[in-house]
Amino acid sequence: MIFLWAFLIGGLICVFGQLLMDTTKWTPGHIMTFLVVIGVVLGGIGVYDPLIKFAGAGATVPITSFGNALVHGALSEAKMHGWIGLITGIFEVTSAGISAAIIFGFFASVVFRAKG
Amino acid sequence: MGHIGAQTWEFPRKPVIVATATVVGPKEGEGPLRESFDKVYTDLYMGEKSWERAERALLHDAVTICLEHAKINSSDVQMMLAGDLTNQIISSTFTARTFGTPFMGQFGACSVSMQTLGLAALLVDSEFAKNVVAAAVSHSSTAERQFRYPTEYGGQKPPTAQCTVTGAGAALIAHQGTGPRIALATMGKVIDLGVSSPWEMGAAMAPAAVDTLTCHFRDTGYSWNDYDLVATGDLGSVGHRIAIDLLKEHSIAPDERFVDCGMMIYRKDQAEVFSGGSGAGCSAVVSYGYLLRQLSEGRMKRMLIVATGALLSTVTSLQGESIPCIAHAVTIEREGEYQ
Repeated sequence: MIFLWAFLIGGLICVFGQLLMDTTKWTPGHIMTFLVVIGVVLGGIGVYDPLIKFAGAGATVPITSFGNALVHGALSEAKMHGWIGLITGIFEVTSAGISAAIIFGFFASVVFRAKG
Repeated sequence: MGHIGAQTWEFPRKPVIVATATVVGPKEGEGPLRESFDKVYTDLYMGEKSWERAERALLHDAVTICLEHAKINSSDVQMMLAGDLTNQIISSTFTARTFGTPFMGQFGACSVSMQTLGLAALLVDSEFAKNVVAAAVSHSSTAERQFRYPTEYGGQKPPTAQCTVTGAGAALIAHQGTGPRIALATMGKVIDLGVSSPWEMGAAMAPAAVDTLTCHFRDTGYSWNDYDLVATGDLGSVGHRIAIDLLKEHSIAPDERFVDCGMMIYRKDQAEVFSGGSGAGCSAVVSYGYLLRQLSEGRMKRMLIVATGALLSTVTSLQGESIPCIAHAVTIEREGEYQ
């Protein structure tokens, strides 16, 4: 059953992004940031984790999940170290994703050329 | 003779386009004008290691072939005028260093093909030069990096977007010789009607094209019927429709003689051409490759080429500014027809 929900929820998030692409004058950068912020808000009010439980990869793969992970990192550090944790913890959970993007991006650029 | 009307130059000696050359990339080589081009690369890198070097290779080839066609050496060229879309027009300047001719880099975005051609005619007509090279180049991948997103980013494009032409066109303008002759040039004003989306260049540029066209008719007394063809540079199908509507507001009813180089260079069913071709190379390769041939082979007697340019930069675009546009028009006549 979770496969179906993953398909539907993940698909709906993408449909939302595509609608923003087609109906607004926003750039892809604007839309990506907006989706991250939505994830932050949903994570902050405690809605995103139940959504992940419900739809699995349908909620973790889209960029909204990145916003949720930013909030989690900040909140968990804040619990341990107080207010300063809000700043030091933001990239706590997401650092793996960011570092991986840089490292694998580097290796890909060493091996391949842009096709144009 | 000389300056007529508000913005038009009339050349008494009618300088001659003695030779041209066009070099294009793979996508343009698959298009309907393939046979019109002197050289078609099947590799988008042109055997070079970067897109920028590839763009220079295009321009270098075009100028070299043009000089071969004219049977003269670069030492016989008194001035080279060239432009492109990269920052600091590096494709033109870096290429010019290999030819050793006097050089003036030009920027007019995609209008630079007719900007250089009009200026070349002026230099030759006023006898400040005997042989002048006018050239323009663009490359799809340098333009993507310069103005939009690198291809690797994979951003989506709306159907109003255009595909930057990979190609270079060069012409040798001389005071004597045989070939099509440059009779008039109407240099455009910067027009900005407030379009700010870089995906709607055709819509942004159409008013500039119409402004230059109507001014050309006012200045010269010519009407639509004096031309066998009026070609805009790179409005694409979206901008072309807007231009037709705007012309009708000026009580000008364009017919099938009104065409757009951006709509001619690709087949409609080619992948990712959107509403047509654009870029400095677009009007250059279509004009110097295909259109001038219509004159020299006797199918047409007189044509007007209106190259359109969007004068934006990435900085102004990111700051949400609108896109100022310009269009320069040059009248070219068949040899022996109106002299």
